[in-house]
Amino acid sequence: MTTSPYEHHEYDVLIIGAGGAGLRAAIEAKQRGLRVGIITKSLLGKAHTVMAEGGMAAAMGNVSSEDNWMVHFRDTMRGGKMLNNYRMAELHAKESPDRVRELEQWGALFDRTKDGKILQRDFGGHRYARLAHVGDRTGLELIRTLQQKVVSMGTDVFMECKVLKLVHDDDGKIAGCVAYWRPTGEFVTFAAKAVIIATGGVGRSWKFTSNSWEGTGDGHAMALWAGAQLIDMECIQFHPTGMVWPLSVRGLLVTEGVRGDGGVLRNSEGKRFMFNYVPDMFRAETAESEEEGDKWYDDHSAGRRPPELLPRDEVARAINTEVKAGRGSPHGGVYLDIATRRSPEFIRRRLPSMYHQFMELAGVDITRESMEIGPTCHYIMGGVQVEADTEATSVLGLYAAGEAAAGLHGANRLGGNSLSDLVVFGRRAGIAASEYVASGDAAVGFNQGEVDEAIREALAPFEKAQGENPYDIQRDLQEMMQTNVGIIRTASEIDEAIVSLEGFSDRVKNIAVKGGRAYNPGWNLATDLPSMITVCKCTALGARDRKESRGGHTREDFPKADPEFGTFNFAHSTNGGNWDSPITTERSPLLVMPDELKKLLEEAK
Amino acid sequence: MTNVTMRVWRGDSSGGDFENYSVSLNEGEVVLDIIHRIQATEAPDLACRWNCKAGKCGSCSAEINGKPRLMCMTRMDQLPEGPVTVTPMKTFPIIRDLVTDVSFNFKMAEKIPALLPPPMPEDGYRMFQEDVDRGQEFRKCIECFMCQDVCHVIRDHEDNKQHYAGPRFFIRIAELEMHPLDTNDRRQFVREEMGLGYCNITKCCTEVCPEHIKITDNAIIPLKERVVDANYDPVAWLGRKIRRKTKKSAIEAAVQPAP
Repeated sequence: MTTSPYEHHEYDVLIIGAGGAGLRAAIEAKQRGLRVGIITKSLLGKAHTVMAEGGMAAAMGNVSSEDNWMVHFRDTMRGGKMLNNYRMAELHAKESPDRVRELEQWGALFDRTKDGKILQRDFGGHRYARLAHVGDRTGLELIRTLQQKVVSMGTDVFMECKVLKLVHDDDGKIAGCVAYWRPTGEFVTFAAKAVIIATGGVGRSWKFTSNSWEGTGDGHAMALWAGAQLIDMECIQFHPTGMVWPLSVRGLLVTEGVRGDGGVLRNSEGKRFMFNYVPDMFRAETAESEEEGDKWYDDHSAGRRPPELLPRDEVARAINTEVKAGRGSPHGGVYLDIATRRSPEFIRRRLPSMYHQFMELAGVDITRESMEIGPTCHYIMGGVQVEADTEATSVLGLYAAGEAAAGLHGANRLGGNSLSDLVVFGRRAGIAASEYVASGDAAVGFNQGEVDEAIREALAPFEKAQGENPYDIQRDLQEMMQTNVGIIRTASEIDEAIVSLEGFSDRVKNIAVKGGRAYNPGWNLATDLPSMITVCKCTALGARDRKESRGGHTREDFPKADPEFGTFNFAHSTNGGNWDSPITTERSPLLVMPDELKKLLEEAK
Repeated sequence: MTNVTMRVWRGDSSGGDFENYSVSLNEGEVVLDIIHRIQATEAPDLACRWNCKAGKCGSCSAEINGKPRLMCMTRMDQLPEGPVTVTPMKTFPIIRDLVTDVSFNFKMAEKIPALLPPPMPEDGYRMFQEDVDRGQEFRKCIECFMCQDVCHVIRDHEDNKQHYAGPRFFIRIAELEMHPLDTNDRRQFVREEMGLGYCNITKCCTEVCPEHIKITDNAIIPLKERVVDANYDPVAWLGRKIRRKTKKSAIEAAVQPAP
């Protein structure tokens, strides 16, 4: 037993984050009879997973019988520009159909085919109709199903509880974490034999983002601080279709399902510009004319897929180029048109929440008018480096899954591969963490010094009478990252960001917080900022060093992919112990793919 | 640019009062934008919940000019002229400012017997769209808890929270009862432990649902009919006696091997 001056809990497996990955991991560990605790910054069921709209990719072959795991594997690797951990891509492609079916056993209600199977829809970068979905609210269905399962199993969930730092034992194994309750501001410690990071993404550090206040990279940062490596942090997905107007909703996601269901992109001249942006890698499988692309929607054998359904990095860059060339919409986006292509009934049935969202927030009826859209920061491919089969990090007892982990998506994630990522690797992390607990090698002690240090840092903003407003720092950080490490990058701007981030670290140390500790969003933000700045530093360092363009990393000064850079990830680590300790960056070679998998990539061209 | 006065309730469980903020408005802004602007400038400690800012997560429920609304989906330019009043949901205990203690809902959720499907065939279950349509309507619920907030059974009678689950959980139970795969029976449970009988179908819940779920017509009334059939229909009663059908508990129902 540990003696702690704070409220204290003990678990076998502790999961930080209650999105799809965290909940799926919890189910797995709970089914093995372990003591499982879940910590979430928000209420249960509010995680960013609810924002996933289009569906979850799984080669079930319900709509296109030709589909199988090998094609899904190939699509994922090509979409990721071959920077993926091939083994994760392989496991993901093989296991996601079972994970989808198991959700049905737990109560999910997917849309159906005529013969009563799970319906699948087309999406960017997927060769066949592969996304199991529920209209355009698939993420909600996923999280509600997992939430209800977790609750029915009697799992302990700590809601509105913010984790500050991981805690080690004397041997350096992970032993738990220190956190505070947002409603009261009181501190709480958790001792655990294994900890799974499932904290999602980092997008809150960009000005135009689809991410909520929670996407501050807490898990990325605390894993790094605890001794794990972060890779591919320069690979950030700017989703091509975010709302651009009104300004108050700029960045809000517009599902790729609009394009999957027939929507097309047009510039101010009314031209379907995507036909001018088909890269060589995808030329053989992309339609050459509008007629050919249009035929494909009704019959995939009658034509090749339209270029609007290229992977997201390609579409986002094309939109950016059109706007820069002066062919954008009045508010700096382009047009997404489904009104002229599908009936109002079809649009309302297939895309109900998009209809609702544009009608209520922008006053636009998408069954009659085009939507104005532009790229928005959406997802980070990079994250904690893990072992593919177990999601184990380099720190004993620490695991990571979902958006917080890296590898599956390489340099660019395909739409629909995120929800399946959550359940495939959430489950695997749950299994591996449980086995680690059973092995008896887990931590025994609990470093109280680390707890005290984290709490001292968290309380520092209350000690100053005068200082910075944390909201000012966040706003300036978002502006700076959007400008200097946005969708198109160049050396001078990245260097400026790296210098600037040191300044942001100093500003964080000068924060003064008003009010008390109970439900104080200003203070909560002050405790998020160290994570935000840490992940931004890794992103900027990776962006500086990756002197090429690949997937979600585009360099104006190095516009082409460089084969040599395709052989390794940039891995960041720190050993200073403090949140602002220097970060070192090394090259971490990619796993070498076995020949039979290499053949799959070649054969299917 | 126009200015608007926001009257925001500030305080905690020990009491509080309205505080006025004069804020400038930009085109297209919603109430949550204004709350965020107040936080970023005058009152960084103003407590509110929010996540997706797109009407999908149901975190930012509050009472705007006395009516339960999602702050992220309420356009400022569609509110009547004059000061805008923002108060926390009345039915739940105050934590701070606009944040309430909604744990009542999570406790109710724990009581509900889970889905109990037959073993899954090798290639998955077959269900038809027309059989899942109704369940999908209920599963649109974003758990904003505004239907709970507006339900007078608990809004005006604190004691009823002991034995009344509220509309959110009636649609949840209806969804399970109408689920094509479910073999559990929750009719007795919803009558005895969830207090379905207290609902006198005033449809306040339906009116505030941001997902436009027909809570009363499609969930509560059919559920009441099923409960009546189960309890007062002599043929059904005899059938139950003969088949000895008993309800499974949530925990029992959950313990199933993964496929």
